[in-house]
Amino acid sequence: MTTRPTALRNTGRILLYVAMTAAAAGILLPFAWMVISSLKTNNQVFTAPIEWIPDPFRWRNYLDIWIKGDMFTWLRNTMTVSVAVTFLQVTTGSFAAYGFAKTRFPGRDALFLLYIGTIAVPWASYMIPQFQMISSWGLANTLYSIMLLQAFGAFGVFLMKQYYESIPDSLCEAARIDGLSEYGIWWRIMLPLSVPALTSLTIITFVTTWNDYLGPLIYLRDRELWTIQLGLQRFVGDYNAEHALIMAGSVLSVLPIALVFLLGQRYFVQGIATTGVKG
Amino acid sequence: MATSVVDDHDSGALGLPHPVQPPRRRPRASLKLRNALVGWTFVLPNFAGFAVLTLIPVFLLFYYSMTSWNIFGNADWVGLENYSRLIGDKSFHVALGNTFYYAAFHIPLTIAASLGLALLLNQKLRGAAFFRTVAFFPYITSIVAIAVVWNMLFSPEYGPINQFIGTFVGGELPGWTVSKDWAMPAVIIVGTWRYMGYYMLLFLAGLQTVPAELHEAARIDGAGVWQRFWNVTLPCLRPTMFFVTVMVTIESFKVFDLILVMTEGGPGQSTLVLSQYIWQKGFEQFELGYASSVAVVLFLICIAVTVVQFLYNKRRDA
Repeated sequence: MTTRPTALRNTGRILLYVAMTAAAAGILLPFAWMVISSLKTNNQVFTAPIEWIPDPFRWRNYLDIWIKGDMFTWLRNTMTVSVAVTFLQVTTGSFAAYGFAKTRFPGRDALFLLYIGTIAVPWASYMIPQFQMISSWGLANTLYSIMLLQAFGAFGVFLMKQYYESIPDSLCEAARIDGLSEYGIWWRIMLPLSVPALTSLTIITFVTTWNDYLGPLIYLRDRELWTIQLGLQRFVGDYNAEHALIMAGSVLSVLPIALVFLLGQRYFVQGIATTGVKG
Repeated sequence: MATSVVDDHDSGALGLPHPVQPPRRRPRASLKLRNALVGWTFVLPNFAGFAVLTLIPVFLLFYYSMTSWNIFGNADWVGLENYSRLIGDKSFHVALGNTFYYAAFHIPLTIAASLGLALLLNQKLRGAAFFRTVAFFPYITSIVAIAVVWNMLFSPEYGPINQFIGTFVGGELPGWTVSKDWAMPAVIIVGTWRYMGYYMLLFLAGLQTVPAELHEAARIDGAGVWQRFWNVTLPCLRPTMFFVTVMVTIESFKVFDLILVMTEGGPGQSTLVLSQYIWQKGFEQFELGYASSVAVVLFLICIAVTVVQFLYNKRRDA
């Protein structure tokens, strides 16, 4: 009676490990294939049976992509946009979140509901009027358009508000009695206390902006304005037979994000979880 | 000066009758106004951008959908003409049907896969942290890289996927993204692969709230693994399940970039979805008024689905 359940439990655990490993392999396979193919020559990419180890390793693809594609410009543009958007989103988002979480004014809750409501509204449904408006300001086909598009989302406000609400009001109360203004409380108390949430928001915003394809597709026409996503997609169109080179470009476009993600993974996960739990 | 900004929201809580207040000035009213102003200054920088770039376009959309706005720029009022055109538009019907096709498979598949992964990770296995990273990775990878890789993997003749299937089954293999019948399943597979890690995180957070004592009690009562899942885990997960369902549903109906970079709606119109149809009409054929009416339909579907789910959830709560 005592031995059988442990034996059963052990087989159960082994099965769980097998399931986990299989799932991990399935999820990672496309990435593995991407990296492997990026080190092959073109003719080696599609072979039957599949060559799992490139022979020889062709590192030149990683040089060629910089020459054939305009990688440097794309990366610079993407970096500019991502940094600007992240800065705007984090500052205005956390500022507004303080207003929603710790101050009171008539219509506050209704306004917040309006923010949350737009999460259900697909961008595709209002992209036309938005494009018309931004064009009329003369900002279409500039990097500013992409910055405007991404910087004032509801997500940042939502995430920061959830976090601020977990900070006790008594702390603000004490600071008020000590003579700090509301702005002072935000700057000296809330911001330092919310570093984990700020980090989450920074990483998530950066990654989202870096990966955005639709905004640049609609707004950026000139080659010298293209971001990495748009550039890569156009590169695929121009050189659609250069499989290995395309894979090298894909690896390069994913690499910075992979690094950011691996370094800040904890914050990423926390950010997602906080916005989800209370929904 | 700063001390005067005192939060007085519970000033009435003591139940003091108003006439008791000293009559010399009215600090309450001015304080309230002050606090309101301070609150607004916090919200305003973000709200201004949000209102101009999101709210106003949403309102304008309804107006544009009732105009004949086109490439020449003149937007004449045409009332509901665009909408009656929608009724007879074959391409619109195809796009609508495909959007529901995608949603009908993507929603249950994603929920099942992400819940399965979350339950697996919740078993406190070694390497769970690593696995969590792995499962989440597709979500942070750019859609362009994803589409490029999967298109190659799905390549009908020499692609790894068909080679793999070919070792088990003979006969004709699916043509995936170049076949009318298989393009949508291919897109659904990639969509599910991409998003399941994200929802897995939400489910994992939800699973932390399931009390261990309940499981223990059920086990002592002789409930099997399946019974415990069905009668303990799932009921405790209801709030998370609701939130995830709403999010997956919205995400399914607004599917756009995945389709645009993987298949461009093709072959033919076999993967054309509503978002892409708006894009085609608006930015390729410059029928901006008509595209707006399609956009209104997409907007209403998303809102309606969300409201229905909220109502359903409320009724079950009651």
